Amino acid sequence: MSDADVDHDGFADGEAPAERVTEVSGTGIPVRGNDIDTDQIIPARFMKVVTFDGLGQFAFFDQRFDDEDNEKDHPFNEQKYKGANVLVANANFGCGSSREHAPQALMRWGIDAVVGESFAEIFAGNCLALGIPTVTAGTESIEALQDFVEENPDAEIDIDVEAETVTYGDETIDADVSEAQRKALVEGVWDTTALMGANGDAVKATARSLPYVPDEHVPADDAAEGAAGDD
Amino acid sequence: MGEGTLYDKVWDRHKVTELPTGQDQLFVGLHLVHEVTSPQAFGMLQERGREVAFPKRTHATVDHIVPTGNRDRPYADEAAENMMAELEENVRGSGIDFSDPDSGNQGIVHVIGPEQGLTQPGMTIVCGDSHTSTHGAFGALAFGIGTSQIRDVLATGCVAMEKQKVRKIEVTGELGEGVTAKDVILTIIRKLGTDGGVGYVYEYAGEAIENLGMEGRMSICNMSIEGGARAGYVNPDETTYEWLKGTDAFADDPEKFEELKPYWESIASDNDAEYDDVVTIDGSEIEPVVTWGTTPGQGIGITEAIPHPDDLPADKADTARRAQEHMRVEPGDTMEGYEIDVAFLGSCTNARLKDLREAAAFVKGREVDDDVRAMVVPGSQRVQRAAEAEGLDEVFTDAGFDWRDPGCSMCLGMNDDQLQGDEASASSSNRNFVGRQGSKDGRTVLMSPIMVAAAAVTGEVTDVRELKEVTVA
Repeated sequence: MSDADVDHDGFADGEAPAERVTEVSGTGIPVRGNDIDTDQIIPARFMKVVTFDGLGQFAFFDQRFDDEDNEKDHPFNEQKYKGANVLVANANFGCGSSREHAPQALMRWGIDAVVGESFAEIFAGNCLALGIPTVTAGTESIEALQDFVEENPDAEIDIDVEAETVTYGDETIDADVSEAQRKALVEGVWDTTALMGANGDAVKATARSLPYVPDEHVPADDAAEGAAGDD
Repeated sequence: MGEGTLYDKVWDRHKVTELPTGQDQLFVGLHLVHEVTSPQAFGMLQERGREVAFPKRTHATVDHIVPTGNRDRPYADEAAENMMAELEENVRGSGIDFSDPDSGNQGIVHVIGPEQGLTQPGMTIVCGDSHTSTHGAFGALAFGIGTSQIRDVLATGCVAMEKQKVRKIEVTGELGEGVTAKDVILTIIRKLGTDGGVGYVYEYAGEAIENLGMEGRMSICNMSIEGGARAGYVNPDETTYEWLKGTDAFADDPEKFEELKPYWESIASDNDAEYDDVVTIDGSEIEPVVTWGTTPGQGIGITEAIPHPDDLPADKADTARRAQEHMRVEPGDTMEGYEIDVAFLGSCTNARLKDLREAAAFVKGREVDDDVRAMVVPGSQRVQRAAEAEGLDEVFTDAGFDWRDPGCSMCLGMNDDQLQGDEASASSSNRNFVGRQGSKDGRTVLMSPIMVAAAAVTGEVTDVRELKEVTVA
């Protein structure tokens, strides 16, 4: 089993390196069901924290444990999926709340990429901000991949972000990665703070052009960039 | 010849440049901040040695974890106290205005923005909260963002976004008696699906929308995200301007109002604007809607039968089966008569003064059912004071409701206001996800505030149209 190009373990909040994520390889874990919302991925009570550290253990918590903390049937509890880094989901995965805690919890559990039928937009955007590709494919392709992963939990799945394909066993399926996401990951330009921070003067010009923004709300020259130099 | 939709125009006015990713860099006119999704972003900012770029275009409040009972500091819940302390430190250190409980202006972020006049037409508005779509009611382009994007906005005053398609949803005709904005949006989500809006921004239009006050428009835009649309908006009109006139931003500054009005008028969608999709819904056919399942798309009219999973499209059948098992409902039954244990009147969807007034009219002269725990959580301290000035608090407490302090409360159960065990709630909030209200076995039935009032007094899901207002001398 090989690792993803980007090692997500152990980097602190805010230090997400804007590296190229051209492919992700590893074993899969299927989580079946449409409309799996972010309250299921990370229940709100685990968000009473001021960092994202340690959220991995709470991923899908209420699906994984009963009231007495006994394990329930859930892929995230199954020994055969330990070490998996490619989550295979169905339609509208990650709907609901905008909480970045959801992809943070998945990432800290070990997920490096998600393949699914479709994703809620905010969730997909949050994944991108962490360098996690959200790759889509048709219903039948996804179900076939989930079946494959259940039968072959140790088999490698290769996601080629640039070529937009997912390869497993003898199969290579055409997948879809949104244009902006593909560009950002493949070219390593997904650190949007650094990208946008370089345009401080243009930002101020735009702000000043808006009738509702008083001049005194726009920082004096160069202040908007703060310490942008070290990005 | 026009320039297109409000979405196009507001986007163009705020576009700074195109990024190498093909996304656009958009200036953010108003950044709203709360305690749950922001601390990590402030942390990232500090790690990069950056400061908040536009503190004066940023406004904070505390809503998700704040207690709605005893609010003495330190809060009894240590985790909540830590989050509050962290927020205080972050905003005060950055020069960000903070509507905290001591200011008398605290409340749910999507209630306080509009009531203080922070929310205005033609703005781009973001917040680390998916219900930021609420502010679209004013003709703003408003959407929820994740924590890394909050970092972006704090650091640069901008977000990186891809432009989306626009679907116009026209709701024609007049809404019937007992039918509210909540019923309209639940109907829209039911028809278009919880993922129908992915890739789209929703423009709500038509007679039924135009006739709504700002509160109703906010309820509709609020739940755009439940339909998969990250943003939804209503074009600004006289109703919008009347609301704005009374807010802090303009009450004492009529000149500023006149100065900005041409801009607000200019960003409304042109009559000849082209849309990527248009959907028409007959508003006169909508009846009070309640949910029977565990997604906001699983709604039905109060007199309608719960669908059989086998009769639904294949991709909805499994979800429906699991939902019906969780909710303990049977296909073929109606939701009328479904017993409830809790009545929750609150949330960013439905906790404004008008919502409380309308609910109070049904509660007045009645009593909460003996087996029901009923609570009202006003959307903000201002709503709370205004309601108290009208005596609404007494109407509710006389009937047996608990009258609490403002916050998100039982909408998502991040404070002590939670369902216990398998309790069923009649809730004016926006999400009926499993576990949403604090108990993984809890059962949530979404409905309008007047339907919550009706359920509270009867102890079961009730057609509010059958319940006449009691005339009290």
